Amino acid sequence: MPYDKRFDGRKFEEVREMEGKVGIIPRADGSAMFRTGKTIAIAAVYGPRKVLPAFMQNPKGGVLKCVYDLLSFSVTERKRPGPSRRSTEISKVTADSLAPVLDLTKFSYLGVDVYVYITQADAGTRAAGINAAAMALADAGMPMKDLITSIAVGKVSDKIVVDLDKDEEDHEDGATDLPMAMSTRTGEITLLQMDGNMTQKEIKEAVEMGMKACIEIKKVQVEALKAKYTEAGK
Amino acid sequence: MTKDMLVKERDVVVPGEELATGMDYLPSEGAFRDGDKILASRVGLFNLDGRLVKVIPLGGKYIPKKNDTIIGTITDVSHNSWRIDIGWAFDVVVFMREGSREFIPNDADLKKYYAPGDMVVAKIIKADSPRMTDASLKMPGCRKLGIGKVIEIQSSRVPRIIGKQGSMISMIKESTNCNIIVGQNGKVWISGEDHKMERIAEAAIKKIEAEAHSSGLTEKISEFLKKECK
Repeated sequence: MPYDKRFDGRKFEEVREMEGKVGIIPRADGSAMFRTGKTIAIAAVYGPRKVLPAFMQNPKGGVLKCVYDLLSFSVTERKRPGPSRRSTEISKVTADSLAPVLDLTKFSYLGVDVYVYITQADAGTRAAGINAAAMALADAGMPMKDLITSIAVGKVSDKIVVDLDKDEEDHEDGATDLPMAMSTRTGEITLLQMDGNMTQKEIKEAVEMGMKACIEIKKVQVEALKAKYTEAGK
Repeated sequence: MTKDMLVKERDVVVPGEELATGMDYLPSEGAFRDGDKILASRVGLFNLDGRLVKVIPLGGKYIPKKNDTIIGTITDVSHNSWRIDIGWAFDVVVFMREGSREFIPNDADLKKYYAPGDMVVAKIIKADSPRMTDASLKMPGCRKLGIGKVIEIQSSRVPRIIGKQGSMISMIKESTNCNIIVGQNGKVWISGEDHKMERIAEAAIKKIEAEAHSSGLTEKISEFLKKECK
């Protein structure tokens, strides 16, 4: 069955409705929320602070540590609390996708901790988490070369689409998910994963669509960051 | 604003935002160069100082800098130094020779000068690496703090609390008749003759912290103090 019309009526290259908010956790040094459709991610940044265990301290520069997790009832079937194979992997790719723009050379022996929690999941959680984390890092005053923007693209049945939701991921003809993250200023891609089957041509097309979507998402991130300080001025 | 400037003075900028083009300008704190462009490397307010492009930080944790006056608690005393907790990842070290304006003999018991738990005002004299920050307690204004209360504020709001040439803080001091010391690390020591005045001074400082980005803040605080100090 060809996939002519998306379940929620979006265009194939259209992202879900997005929202960003900065400074949501007063105790953290930086924090942010990012929502796309029904997926909500919150991120908190602590640091620069002491790195523990101490053997991880690096005299050459700061250490970035990320923790990603789903809240138990953020998903339809309860997720057992605590780290899992999946969340450990996503924690790692989140850190790897953020590290290229972060400049921690002046923070020798110190570390920056990023905690990303998904309070509501409807596919594309790692992308939402990275978007929130990038905003939270900027809010914490970290030296960065750019914000990192992330999106999941993919293929549903026979169509290349941007920002899949859970219904699309569970499409009866199968779906392929391709989360990506990039620095829109330099065009450098910092995350590219794929789960499913796509031809080389399809991947190229999907990534190009994702790059366009990232420019839209970055606007939301920038707006949210600026809003925090302009609102305070009113 | 010249034509090479892409943002206005005191605009809020975000990391990766283009600030200026051309080689006429130099990136300073919070900015970096990429090709012929100068970009922001952190969230803050854009500031052009001559040819220097700067971004004034708006948030984040306090990072020790040389010549900063800080308030902290003595955590440890060794045979030749004191350690001060200033809210930074590592304690700041004060060596014996920097401990006091008076002469400290070699075999002195350093606890007699500053004991663990004492609050002190110190000045950072060396901040080369995060792990090795040295402070001095013999610079002018440095001392052990007496009775009073210490409140914590965001370190990025400290310049606003102090005001231009200390205008804001001296206004609070005069109206409340309190002794106030502001540390760059976001710790403020308030000591007055009665607790009511201390509370008013604290409320005024918290008000400045909350409304740090608004203009006409001096008038607002002046009105607030007039109303409260009646």
